[in-house]
Amino acid sequence: MSAGASQSRTRLLGRLQSWRAHHVHSARDSLSRLRGSPFSSVMTLLVIGIALALPVGMNVALENARSVSVNWDSPAQISLFLRAEVSEDAASSLAERLSRRGDVADVRLVTRQQALSEFRQLSGFGDVLANLEDNPLPNLLLVTPAPAALDGARMGLLRSSLEGEAGVERAVLDMEWVQRLNALVALSQRIVTALGLTLALGVLLVIGNTIRLAIENRREEIVVVKLVGGSDAFVRRPFLYTGFWYGLGGAIIAWLVVTLTLWYLHGPLSALALLYQSDFVLSGLGFAGSLLLLCTGALLGLVGAWVAVARHLSAIEPR
Amino acid sequence: MIAFERVSKRYPEGHDALTEVSFRVESDEMVFLTGHSGAGKSTLLKLIMLMERPTRGQVTVNGHTLNTLRPGRIPQLRREIGVVFQNHQLLFDRTVYDNVALPLMISGYSHREIGRRVRAALDKVGLLAREKAMPVTLSGGEQQRVGIARAVVNKPSLLLADEPTGNLDPALSAEIMQLFEQFNQVGVTVLIASHDLPLISRLHHRILTLRQGRLIAQGGTGS
Repeated sequence: MSAGASQSRTRLLGRLQSWRAHHVHSARDSLSRLRGSPFSSVMTLLVIGIALALPVGMNVALENARSVSVNWDSPAQISLFLRAEVSEDAASSLAERLSRRGDVADVRLVTRQQALSEFRQLSGFGDVLANLEDNPLPNLLLVTPAPAALDGARMGLLRSSLEGEAGVERAVLDMEWVQRLNALVALSQRIVTALGLTLALGVLLVIGNTIRLAIENRREEIVVVKLVGGSDAFVRRPFLYTGFWYGLGGAIIAWLVVTLTLWYLHGPLSALALLYQSDFVLSGLGFAGSLLLLCTGALLGLVGAWVAVARHLSAIEPR
Repeated sequence: MIAFERVSKRYPEGHDALTEVSFRVESDEMVFLTGHSGAGKSTLLKLIMLMERPTRGQVTVNGHTLNTLRPGRIPQLRREIGVVFQNHQLLFDRTVYDNVALPLMISGYSHREIGRRVRAALDKVGLLAREKAMPVTLSGGEQQRVGIARAVVNKPSLLLADEPTGNLDPALSAEIMQLFEQFNQVGVTVLIASHDLPLISRLHHRILTLRQGRLIAQGGTGS
């Protein structure tokens, strides 16, 4: 290697080190400036934190709602109410015949007696029912469709085919409310996304405005730095770090708000789930979600600062 | 080092600050620029710093043809020039040391190198003991010397000064001029704008005289 090449390599290394040193210096300096005016810094951080916490919290709530509806979705069943004159024996042979169909996975017979005692137990109308002369409930077949027949159109076909069977009074596909819930979840998802985008724009504006004020406050310093040969990147760097810290700090506050809210709701929700005999567990942000929140916050901070810096820094030139 | 060729500057509001100005300043020279206030001294210095661009004519500084210099290269040009301002342009929220270190941080020197050079520059202007002081606690003359230390800390080949003695008494002014002469003796080209004719005519350097934007005299030392 020639002496010149080696020298220019040393120079490149030196420049790289000083570039890194200025990054470290800018990061520390902008952080200590935030600490220097704690009241206004905390106010800004809270605004950003709350704006981020709202969509993130709603998204966590939605994810939980969806996990619940998925649990309800799978055991989609068709209830076959048999005619009153169909005996228990006939019902069980019908059940056996139906279970041999390709599009049926399982058939369970609920006899009139079982249905009555179940109803008596669950409804609280025990005394009233005891006075009835005769059991008003029909025999019931619970048909679980084969996995291949689970989509909406085929379920409809299966239902009408089953309704055509001799001895079947009515076939009820009890899925409508699940579909409604799914539609509601999808709609809410859209609303949360729209709200998230709006609030992200709000965060950008808050950070942009904060950086604009910071630039205004340090106008003289910027002029001097430009006069002694500071490049645009050099002047820009501390402000970008300020935006970065605001975004990251706001995201940490949002994380705390969401986590504390979940912790606050955990007790009552577990009790509620227990009442419904559900093994539902409230899930939080998780590691990936937390990381995504922090990265999004920091990125929003950087972008907001960048926009402000691009707009306002070029206007400050030594005169 | 500096060459002006038929340079004119008209400000957007229609005021002619400089008209057909041509002169050269050679390397290692020390030159004064004088004239009444409003004669165009500051505009001339701003053209060298590329704080303004000429309306007509060509400016060459340290081998750079300024007319064709891209905005992205301006920081590099300014790092080759040390500037001293009448109002010092110090940063009052940081110490004397940090003020002087600023050009070195911008140029990307290592921590150790910065410390070495800042102390050498402060020693040169006689303020080594005040490196931790804040600029507000210094006298006007001391603040100006901090400004000079900042201008020379990067070892520029060209030193510009705009009324460096404007607010100082005659004794302090002479001291400051002596400092500039010392830098000139070690090979720095120096161009000083000053309207203090009694002071600069004693110093036996070439004097450029501006009147209403025109260069009316450019030779002759005070002798």
